[in-house]
Amino acid sequence: MNVLQQNRAARWGAVALIGIVLIALPFALSQVGTAWVRITNLAILFTLLALGLNIVVGFAGLLDLGYVAFYAVGAYAYALLASPHFGLHLPFWVILPIGAATAALFGLLLGAPTLKLRGDYLAIVTLGFGEIIRIFLNNLSRPVNITNGPQGIAGIDPFRIGSLSFAKTDTFLGAAISGPMKYYWLLLAVLVAVIAINLRLQNSRIGRAWEAVREDETAARAMGIDTTKIKLLAFAMGASFGGVAGGMFAAIQGFISPESFVFVESVMVVSMVVLGGMGNIWGVILGAMLLSFVPEVLRYTVEPLQKAAFGRMIVEPEVLRMLIFGFALVLVMLFRPAGLLPSAVRKRELAARGEGELAERKA
Amino acid sequence: MSEPLVEAGGIGKRFGGVRALDGVAFSIRAGEIYGLIGPNGAGKTTLFNVLTGIYAPDTGRFTFGGRDITGLKSHEVAAAGIARTFQNIRLFANLSALENVMIGRHVRTRAGVLGAVLRNKATLAEEAGIEKRALELLDYVGIAARANDAAGSLPYGDQRRLEIARALATDPKLLALDEPAAGMNASETVALRKLLERIRADGTTILLIEHDMKLVMKVCDRVLVLDYGEKIAEGVPAEVQKDPKVIEAYLGTPA
Ligand SMILES: Nc1ncnc2c1ncn2[C@@H]1O[C@H](COP(=O)(O)OP(=O)(O)OP(=O)(O)O)[C@@H](O)[C@H]1O
Ligand SMILES: [Mg+2]
Repeated sequence: MNVLQQNRAARWGAVALIGIVLIALPFALSQVGTAWVRITNLAILFTLLALGLNIVVGFAGLLDLGYVAFYAVGAYAYALLASPHFGLHLPFWVILPIGAATAALFGLLLGAPTLKLRGDYLAIVTLGFGEIIRIFLNNLSRPVNITNGPQGIAGIDPFRIGSLSFAKTDTFLGAAISGPMKYYWLLLAVLVAVIAINLRLQNSRIGRAWEAVREDETAARAMGIDTTKIKLLAFAMGASFGGVAGGMFAAIQGFISPESFVFVESVMVVSMVVLGGMGNIWGVILGAMLLSFVPEVLRYTVEPLQKAAFGRMIVEPEVLRMLIFGFALVLVMLFRPAGLLPSAVRKRELAARGEGELAERKA
Repeated sequence: MSEPLVEAGGIGKRFGGVRALDGVAFSIRAGEIYGLIGPNGAGKTTLFNVLTGIYAPDTGRFTFGGRDITGLKSHEVAAAGIARTFQNIRLFANLSALENVMIGRHVRTRAGVLGAVLRNKATLAEEAGIEKRALELLDYVGIAARANDAAGSLPYGDQRRLEIARALATDPKLLALDEPAAGMNASETVALRKLLERIRADGTTILLIEHDMKLVMKVCDRVLVLDYGEKIAEGVPAEVQKDPKVIEAYLGTPA
């Protein structure tokens, strides 16, 4: 066996090991507490969102502060087609593609009028778009009740495959398989697929065209890239991932209302992308995982710790959470401005900018 | 010589009160190196910009290979077969030299989202072709050793060459270069001249804006002289050089 084959074998070995760990993870988590499987599921949902937003922000360089709108569209698409609200109960594998397509359509709806905007201007418009969608969801209960307004939609169907329901606990070979565990495996499969799609897109003709648009739109056009089309494609692709994540969110929660899709959620997803490393898929995943898990860990440790140390609660976990969140972001921006795992391109960009500033200061 | 590749008539473009181009007409024959000269602010870059669809001209028409291309969008002009470089270098500075040239292949390739995700045979073959051609072009302009360096980190002269390679990657019939020798030293300029001659010999027509008169005189078959947006002379370099109007425009002697 030569070195190359050895390397390859080692790589596959590592992949297999990680795979086994990830598949077995929910058994370990449910030993710690059943809540942790749910928390992990939400973390994966946010990772899906961050990866979708990364296409728009990281690849094509279009800052979108209203991304949660697409999550909402996917969630409501699922809720309306699989709940007592309209009495429709379509299976999830029919609705998820519908949700993805509807979200993509909304992506185009946002993309088309904002094609000429960049940077701050685009950010403001997308922020507004996110709010508009939420306000629509809040108010589309009259004259015809479509969204049920602020009350939201309850009793949303869980995923079902044949007689297997994702809401119930089954026993399999003597082991208890809970609903959240089933969702976990499904989410894991979707996550792997989304990562693969992202990696492949990045290293493709389309991915390069996105990079070109991000770097210099005029030059990209002069090289024959239809920047209108390629930007709309980024919006639509990013949105469709958000739509799929939204559909799964609706099924997992069983209940959604406009309150789940507020501006702060968009900020959260953008933070994940920026903190982890814009444009780098692994960085984005790391960012999403950190920002999902650290607050939960705090929630479960801060209270007992304080009680043990001072005999009572001094700082609420929620307060501490926002404090640490803000502090972490500031630290990262100071010491690793391109994110925890920066993409090669971002690193170069910031290095070049630093040099430029240095030259200016010297002059 | 052969039939005209580009024909322009009555081209006009104003920016507010500035008449950047005023009734400019010319034609470029297939296979020649056609120079475009004139003092600063004469309208040379503006002519490039209206030809390549960055601006629409206010008046006049362009035909390219017999087809009316007036008012086409920038990317459609590139697809029609006109590629350009920029006076103030517009590379994708944070991408590698190789990626820059690969992006130039975009307009001649097809793979979409589905191809990218499925990586079917056709897509893989196309990708391999894109990379192969890009490497060839880097070698062609003489910067193969820099393939993996960030475009923005290359020395000035190499950036100019990279821009030419990226433009050539679109398989142009007409290559429009905006001051490619700017910032080059004497030996780099000689190498550039050889490159231009080679590109022409390989069948690409060249439209060249250049302030380096030595280069223009040596390499161009014909030149067009602009001054304040108007054509003041056209012809073979040796004759244009002697034209009193051209001398006046460059030396600024009052009429
Ligand atoms: N986008 C623009 N907006 C306003 N005025 C412009 C614009 N582009 C060019 N001009 C003006 O049009 C005139 C012609 O400019 P142009 O850049 O075409 O000159 P040039 O011949 O390329 O000059 P140089 O040799 O300095 O590159 C100038 O007066 C310039 O200020
Ligand atoms: Mg110019």
